[in-house]
Order: sequence, then C-alpha cells, then structure tokens
Amino acid sequence: MAEPAAQARRGRRFSVKNLPGVTGMAMLCFVLLYAPIVTLVTYSFNAGESIALWEGFSWRWYAAAWENDTVQEAAVRSFVVALFASAISTTLATMAALGTTRTGPFPGRTAIYVLINQPLMVPEIVTAVALLIFFASIKVATGYSGLAYLIAAHSAFCVPFAYLPIRARLEGMDPTLELAAADLYASDWMAFSRVTLPLLTPGIVAGAMLAFVISLDDVVITEFVKSAGQDTLPTYMLGQLRRAISPEVNAISTALLAITVVLLTAFFLLSRKRRVDGE
Amino acid sequence: MSEAATVDTANTTTAVDIRGVSKIFGAGSDAFTALDDVSVAIRENEFFTLLGPSGCGKTTLLRLIAGFEHATRGTVLLYGEDISDQPPYERPVNTVFQSYALFPHLTVAQNVSFGLEMLGREKSEIREAVDRMLKLVRMEPMRNRRTEQISGGQQQRVALARALAPRPKVLLLDEPLSALDLKLRKEMQGELKRLQHETGITFIFVTHDQEEALTMSDRVAVMNEGRILQVGSPREIYDRPGDRFVASFIGEMNFLVSKIESVESDRVRVVFPGGAAAFAERPKDFEPAGEVTLAVRPEYVRIENAGTPDTLPATVTEKVYFGTDTHYHLRLHDGAELVSRLQNARGREDTHPVGDRVGVRWATGSAQILKG
Repeated sequence: MAEPAAQARRGRRFSVKNLPGVTGMAMLCFVLLYAPIVTLVTYSFNAGESIALWEGFSWRWYAAAWENDTVQEAAVRSFVVALFASAISTTLATMAALGTTRTGPFPGRTAIYVLINQPLMVPEIVTAVALLIFFASIKVATGYSGLAYLIAAHSAFCVPFAYLPIRARLEGMDPTLELAAADLYASDWMAFSRVTLPLLTPGIVAGAMLAFVISLDDVVITEFVKSAGQDTLPTYMLGQLRRAISPEVNAISTALLAITVVLLTAFFLLSRKRRVDGE
Repeated sequence: MSEAATVDTANTTTAVDIRGVSKIFGAGSDAFTALDDVSVAIRENEFFTLLGPSGCGKTTLLRLIAGFEHATRGTVLLYGEDISDQPPYERPVNTVFQSYALFPHLTVAQNVSFGLEMLGREKSEIREAVDRMLKLVRMEPMRNRRTEQISGGQQQRVALARALAPRPKVLLLDEPLSALDLKLRKEMQGELKRLQHETGITFIFVTHDQEEALTMSDRVAVMNEGRILQVGSPREIYDRPGDRFVASFIGEMNFLVSKIESVESDRVRVVFPGGAAAFAERPKDFEPAGEVTLAVRPEYVRIENAGTPDTLPATVTEKVYFGTDTHYHLRLHDGAELVSRLQNARGREDTHPVGDRVGVRWATGSAQILKG
C-alpha cells in the first residue's frame, strides 16, 4: 500500500521550512541579533571592571550609575523631553489624523500624508544638521538655550510615529457611529467627545507610547540640537564610550532596554486589542 | 367604503412633506442624480415604506429626512416647518441604521440613554425612559451588557429602543431587518408593527423586500431611478400597479401585448395578435387606445378545458411545483407566454399535463390595461 505515502506527499503544503538551510539561517539571524544584547546585559552584572572578563555577579554598576549625578540628571532630562515630546506630538498627530480621515477627499491629501510622514523618509542626520543651523540662529537672536529646543525637535520627529496608530484606529472606526451620535442630538463637539474620542483612546495611548520610546532612544538629533550640559541618557552614553568603557554603561543600557521593552509590549497589546474591537 | 373614506380624511395631518426634492451627487460629467424631483406627503402615525431596488434613491431620501444629506433642490417639511437646512442633531427625527451603529464603548442602557442625555433631560426622567424602552423591546435583563456581547436580533432591539427613547416625531428605519436570518426577520416584522402601534410614532421604513413592504406598511411608495412611481396602500400597489415597473417589481405579473377593440362603460375589449379576444377593466385615469399592454397576475389566470366558451386557446408548456401551488407555463396560439398559478390540492396532481391543450380565462376585473 503506497497510498498513505502518496497522500502524505499530496497533503504536504508548501512551507519555507522545507527549503534547505532556511531554519539554520533563521537561527543565525537570531543569534547575531541577540548575542550582543545578551552579552551587554550579562556584563552589566559583572563584579569586575571589565566588559569582557567575567568576575562574578554584582549590582555594583547599577548602584554606581544610580549614584552618579550626571547620569541622574541625564535620565531626568531624557524623561522630561520624552514626556513633553510625546504629549505634543500625540496631540498634533491626533489632529492630523482627524484632518486626514474625517474630511471629504480634498486636493493635495496625498501630499499631506507625505508631509506628515516626512521624518520617516528624510535621513535623520539631514534633519539634525538642518535643526542645528535653524536653532543656532534662534539661540543667537533670543539668547534662550533651554530644553525647549530639544522638546521641539523631538516633538517634530515623533509626529509620524504617533500618527500611524491613531490614523489606523480612525480608519477602522465605523463612520456611521458618528452619524448615529448626530442623529441622537449630539452636536459636532459632543459627538467627538462622547463617541469618537473614547473609541480613539487606545490608538492615542499606543501612539503616545511609541512616540515616548522613539524620543527616549534618540541620539543623532539630540546630539546636534542639545546645548552644553544638556546630555540625555543616550548622548551621555555616547560620550562615555569615547573615554574608558566601564560596565556602568552596560547597566544604563540594560535599564533603558527594560523600559523600552515594557512600553513596546504595552503598545503591542493595545494594538492587538484594537483589532479585536474592530470586528 | 364611505366609512373608510371618513376615517381617511380624519387623519391627514402631514408629518413629513417632501416637496420637489432633487439630490445630485458630484458635478459635471460625474454628476449622478440620486433623486429626481420627488414629492410625497407622509401622514402622521402611519407606517410608510419606501420600496425599490438598490440604487433607486430610497436610502438617499431617508438620509435627507434625517439630515445626513442636503437636497440639491426642493424642501423637506416636518409638521409644516422647513427643516431642509437643519443639521441632524436639531431634527426631532431618529434613525435605526442598517448596521445598527450601536456605540461599542457603551452598555445597552447607556446606548438607549444617549439621545436623552444629549437633549439635557433630567436624570430621573432619563432613567425612567430607559427602563420603559428596555421593557418595550424586552431587553431589560441585558441592560448592563456590552453591545458586542449580544446577538444580532438583540442589537436590533437595542437600536430600536435607542432611536425611540427621545420620542422622535418620526422614526426612520434603513433596511433594519436585512442583516437578520429569515426566521428572526419574520419575528422582527411583527415586533416593528407592535412598536409602531404602541408608540404611535410615524415610521418611515426603507426596504428592497416587497413582501416586507406589503405585510407591514399602511402605505408604500415604489421608487426606481430616483423617482417615486406610485404611492398607495399595499393592496392598491399590488392590485392596481401604476406602470409596468411597479407591476413587475411587486409580485409576479403576466404582460400581454394586445390591441383595444372597443371601450365600454366599465370594461374594454382587447384582441391579441392571434385573433383571440378578452376583456379587461377599463382604466380610470386615462383613455386606452391602439396597442396596449394587458397585465394579469398568475393567480387570477384560470385554466379550463379546451373549447370552453370565452376562453383563450393555449398549450401547457411546463409545470413547476412550488409546494403550496403549481405554476403552469402556457403558450397562447400567437406565441405569447403566460403563467397561471393554481393552489395544489390532493387528487389534482395530474390535471393538465405538459402538452395539454386548454382554455385560459380571467375575471374582467383582474386584468388591467397599463399606461404607456
């Protein structure tokens, strides 16, 4: 009876797993991606001063980073900038998303999509240089050199990251719901605040978290825009690497990694809930 | 008859008056006329149905009354007041949407109270109205459920309760039963009639389902290509269709080409191309002449034995069994085809087999000459 074998062959659907070497290549990719991170995290717990020679487990570098005033200041600055930038960019992104989904088609709508998403397409270094030159002249003119420049720059490049999940949520929303609200005596503002906004909230929260993480991680634009003594955590770490490397940088990196992973996981969970809602 | 007429005149307060309304979407060469000079008066407290195939403009007309669209020309009056320029939230008119459009972030009870809250009613009044509405649609036990946790039929009831709670002057229903399966649909048809009766609110109901229109409505407006072709009671629409479209859209109809031979006081005599003659009712609103179309429903076509006096000679070409009745496809000797529908009865299975020569006749009053 050769039949079962023939059936098995027929029944086996195409799968990339059956191609030779695909599984091995995938494993290799994961190793290349994660081995450096695993090493980084491991040596952040090293008792010794080396980032390559294991001398036993210790929290000493976390303690050192925690007690380092410069690190503390940079961390606070990073969070302040990220908080303001995500709040501002999410507000702008929400308005942009409403403007591009809750109006009839108008000439130049595609151009507006492109303009909103510009930071995703223009090389970051170009934006950074442009901002450096632009802000330099403002600094000269006004004499102000505070955090506002960093917040403004971060707000700008965070807009598309906040915009995408909010727009996706708006597009998935049944427009009849807003008609129903209007039919039930809700003015435009009441329909927005009682129906559109509550349904949009998961999208807004997801957008804000994405913007927060993007701002928190930024190096290039921050490095160009910051005034003297305005290091954020990433630019502080960059500065440290130019000198002697100690596991303190590993410890800071690991902490930053942990925060990012937590926020992105929350973002993912919110996005998934959106799809369930949409059904 | 005179009594019915009295009742009719006693209740002629017009709830919604559509006057010369046109709606054109787009402009230039892309322009599409969804409504073409439509005028109709909908009476207070009636169950009024807009019936027509998809794209006939019935939903556009409903949206114009709700305020979701604005007329290109013409006016919409609500109890004599011109509401053409009012936004939806200022019109005392509520809608039951085809997709129900329940608010997914609110509970059943919160959905029902939404309109009253927007109107700024007292909390105690809202609570009372919500309780009453939920009781009316038998959804009380589900009041704290999320709308995605209830079935399609239940969502339908909540949508009705939500739209009725603010006590609108007119309730608009946009194909509300089309998403339900057959059994539930039948159930909801009865439910809608009951609700209309109990609330005394004018219902304007949009459907493409002729059976729904006939069974539920006080009056029906048949629409096609942006125009209202005929307005009347279900019986008038069915028995006296105004034109060929109405005749063929509602129920089944035989159309026979013939020539007017003579016009008598209450009937006309027509001759078919084959030479056979028959009678039809004399039209009341026009004078028939020349070549005309005679229309007769299949259930009014009787089959007799060949050679019976005053029958048209015909041949049975096909028999189709439908359970309750059988459709006999017949061919007249001039080649014209028509269908006769006979109710089935035990012992009658073998009458008039295919190929049988028979005589066909109908009562004069059941055949009609169509205009145009």
